[in-house]
Amino acid sequence: MLSSPVTGIADALRRLGAGSIASVARLGYAARFALAVGRESPAAFLRLHLTIREIYFAGVLSLIIIAVSGMFVGMVLALQGYDVLQRYGADESLGVLVALSLVRELGPVVSGLLFASRAGSAITAEIGLMKATEQLSAMEMMAVDPLARVVAPRFWGGVISMPLLAALFSTMGVFGAYVFGVQLIDIDAGSFWGNMKAAVDFRFDIVNGIIKSVVFGVAVSMIAVFEGFDASPTAEGVSSATTRTVVESSLAILALDFVLTVFMFRGISQT
Amino acid sequence: MTARSATIPLPRLLAFFPVSDASVAASLPTAARTEIAVELANVTFGYDERPVLTGISMTIPRGKVVAIMGGSGCGKTTILRLIGGQLKPQSGQVLVAGQSVADLDREALYTMRRRFGMLFQFGALFTDMTVYENVAFAMREHTDLPEELVRDLVLMKLHTVGLRGAAHLMPSELSGGMARRVALARAVALDPMLVMYDEPFAGLDPISLGVVGQMIRRLNDALGITSVVVTHDVYESLKIVDYMYFVSEGKIIAQGTANEVRASADAFVRQFVEGAPDGPVPFHYPAPPYREELFARA
Amino acid sequence: MKSGRSALDLWVGIFVAIGIGCVLFLALKVGNLVTFGSTEGYRLEARFDNIGGLKVRAPAKAAGVVVGRVERIRFDPTTYQAIVTLKIDHAYPFTTDTIASIFTSGLLGEVYVGLEAGGDATMLPDGGKIAKTQSALVLEKLIGQFLFDKAATSGGK
Repeated sequence: MLSSPVTGIADALRRLGAGSIASVARLGYAARFALAVGRESPAAFLRLHLTIREIYFAGVLSLIIIAVSGMFVGMVLALQGYDVLQRYGADESLGVLVALSLVRELGPVVSGLLFASRAGSAITAEIGLMKATEQLSAMEMMAVDPLARVVAPRFWGGVISMPLLAALFSTMGVFGAYVFGVQLIDIDAGSFWGNMKAAVDFRFDIVNGIIKSVVFGVAVSMIAVFEGFDASPTAEGVSSATTRTVVESSLAILALDFVLTVFMFRGISQT
Repeated sequence: MTARSATIPLPRLLAFFPVSDASVAASLPTAARTEIAVELANVTFGYDERPVLTGISMTIPRGKVVAIMGGSGCGKTTILRLIGGQLKPQSGQVLVAGQSVADLDREALYTMRRRFGMLFQFGALFTDMTVYENVAFAMREHTDLPEELVRDLVLMKLHTVGLRGAAHLMPSELSGGMARRVALARAVALDPMLVMYDEPFAGLDPISLGVVGQMIRRLNDALGITSVVVTHDVYESLKIVDYMYFVSEGKIIAQGTANEVRASADAFVRQFVEGAPDGPVPFHYPAPPYREELFARA
Repeated sequence: MKSGRSALDLWVGIFVAIGIGCVLFLALKVGNLVTFGSTEGYRLEARFDNIGGLKVRAPAKAAGVVVGRVERIRFDPTTYQAIVTLKIDHAYPFTTDTIASIFTSGLLGEVYVGLEAGGDATMLPDGGKIAKTQSALVLEKLIGQFLFDKAATSGGK
C-alpha cells in the first residue's frame, strides 16, 4: 500500500537508530569492561609470570617485524628526504628530517599499526577461541576470574611492549637512514649526527613520542582484549572479532595521534 | 569389567583449604547436611523475548546422580548455568545447599563455585597447558598445597580416570574421549560437593561411552558427591542415573527413577527412549501444506 | 615447565633490555638529553625592534658555542618592542655591555641569538637587561634599502 521508497527509508532509519543505540550500548559495555580489567590488574602483577609470558608473545615475537620495518622506513625516509633536501643544498639536515619524523610520528604510529595487526589480532583470536571452546566458562566455574587470569596479563603485556617496540622502530629507522645516507650516499657522518642531536630535544620530541606510544599501547591492547572477550563463540565470530580489532585499533591510533599531536606540538611554531 | 578399580577412597581436602572468610562458613556449614543439594523452585528464564525455561521446579537430592534430558536447545545447559550462577533466573529461585545462588555477591559466588566441578561438552581443557597442569589448575589457584602434594593428588586423579601416563601431553594431542576424561579428572580435582556434566556422552566411541558412564557413577559413590548430568543419551543414562527429568519447550514434562522411566507409558518419554522420529516432538518443522508448496506457481 | 619458564624470562629480559637501550640511544645519541634538560641557568632580558624568525628554545650562542636558550618571547605594547628572555648556563657570566644580535645560521638555517661580550668589569646579574641589541635582518627591508640607495645615487647624477 505504502510506496516502497518510503518504507525503505523508514526501515533504513529504524535500522540506523537501532544500530546507533546498539553501538552506544556496546561502548558503555566496553567502558565497564575496561574498568573491570583495571580492577583486576593487580593480579596480573602479583602473578608476574603470567604477564611476562604475555610480554613474550606480544613483544618479543614482534621484534623482527618491528626492527625490519623500522629499518626500511628509515631508509626510505632518507632516500626521499635526500632527494628533496639536496635541491636546497640542505642535505646535511637529512638526519634532522629522519630523526624528527621517526621520533615524533612514524615511530609510535607505524609500530602501533604493526603491533595492532600482529599482536592485537593474535590476542583477540586467542581470547575469542578460549571463549568459543568454553575455556573461559570453565575457568569461571572453577572460581577463577578470567579477567584476572587471562585478560589483564594480556592487556598489560601489550601496554608494556608497545613503547619498547616504538623505541626500537625509531632506532632502527635512524640506523637505516645512517646506513643509507652516510654509507651509500656519502653524506658527512659528523653533520648527520651533529645536526640531528641539535634538533631533537629529549623532553619535547622523545618523551612526547614515548607518551604517544604508551597511549597507543593502552588503546590497542584494550581493544584487542575487549573484542576477544566479546566475540561470538563461533568461527565467524572470532574472525570478525580479529578484523574489528585491527580496524578499530588502526583508526584509534590515527585519531589519537592527531589529538596528541595537537596538544603536544601546539607551541611548535610559536614565536 | 574394568581392570581399574576406580573406587579409591580419596581423602577430603577440606582440611587443607585456607578457610578464612566468613562467607565460606555462611555458604555451607549445616546446609551440607541437608538432603537436597540443588533445588530449582519455579524458575523462569529467557533471552530477550524468547523464553527458554518456564516455571521449572526440580530437586536434586544429595549423593544422587540425576539426569536432565531433552532435545537440543530445550534449555538443559541453561539449567546448569543457572545452578552455577552464570545466569540469574528472571523469576523463581535456584538454591544450592539451601542458598539462593542469584543472591550471592561476587565473592560469595566464587567461594561457592570452589565447591563445584563442571565437565564441559568437549572438555574445555586449557589448551596452553599440559594435562597435568590442567588438573593441577584448581589446586594451585585455590590452595596453598606444596608442589609435592599437588603432584601426588594430580597423579591420583589422573589414575582414577586411567590417564596417569598422559600427564605430560598437551590437550591438542588427546583424542576426544581422552580429553573428556582429563576434564573429568579436573572437575573432581578438589573433591567438589556438586559435579555438573554438560553432555558428557556426546560424540564418544562405544568404549569411551562405557568408561565415562561408569566413572560418573563410581566417582559419585566413592566421593559422596552429587552429580547432575545433562544429556540426551538415554541408553547410557538409564544405566547409571538414580533419577531423570525430561525437559521440553521450557517445561518438565516427565520425571522418575530409571525403572519408572523404562516402564513409563508417557508418549514423550516413549518417543525419547525409543528414538522414534515422530511423536509428541514432531518430525516436521512447521511449514505450509506439502501439496500446496510443491504445486505453487513460481 | 620450569626450564620453559626461565627461557621465557630470558627472552623477555632481552626484549626489555633492547627496548630500554633504544630509548637511551634515542635520548643520548639522537636527542640532546645531556644539555639543558634541567632548569639550571640565570635569566637575561633583551629587547629587539624585530626578532625575525626567532623562536622559543632557539639557541643563544657566544663565539658560536651554545651557552643558553631562548626561554620566552613577549611583545611590549608600550614600547612596541619584542622582549626576549634568555636562560644562560650559570657557568657563563656576561658583561653588562654585552651586545645581543639575532643571526641566521646559513641561508636556510635556524635563527639564533648571538652574544658578544664587551669589556666592562661588572657582570649581568640574574634578571639583568642587555642594553645593546641588534635586530634581525629582514630581507625585504634590506632590498628596499638597497634600491633606495641605488635610486639615490643614480638619481643624484
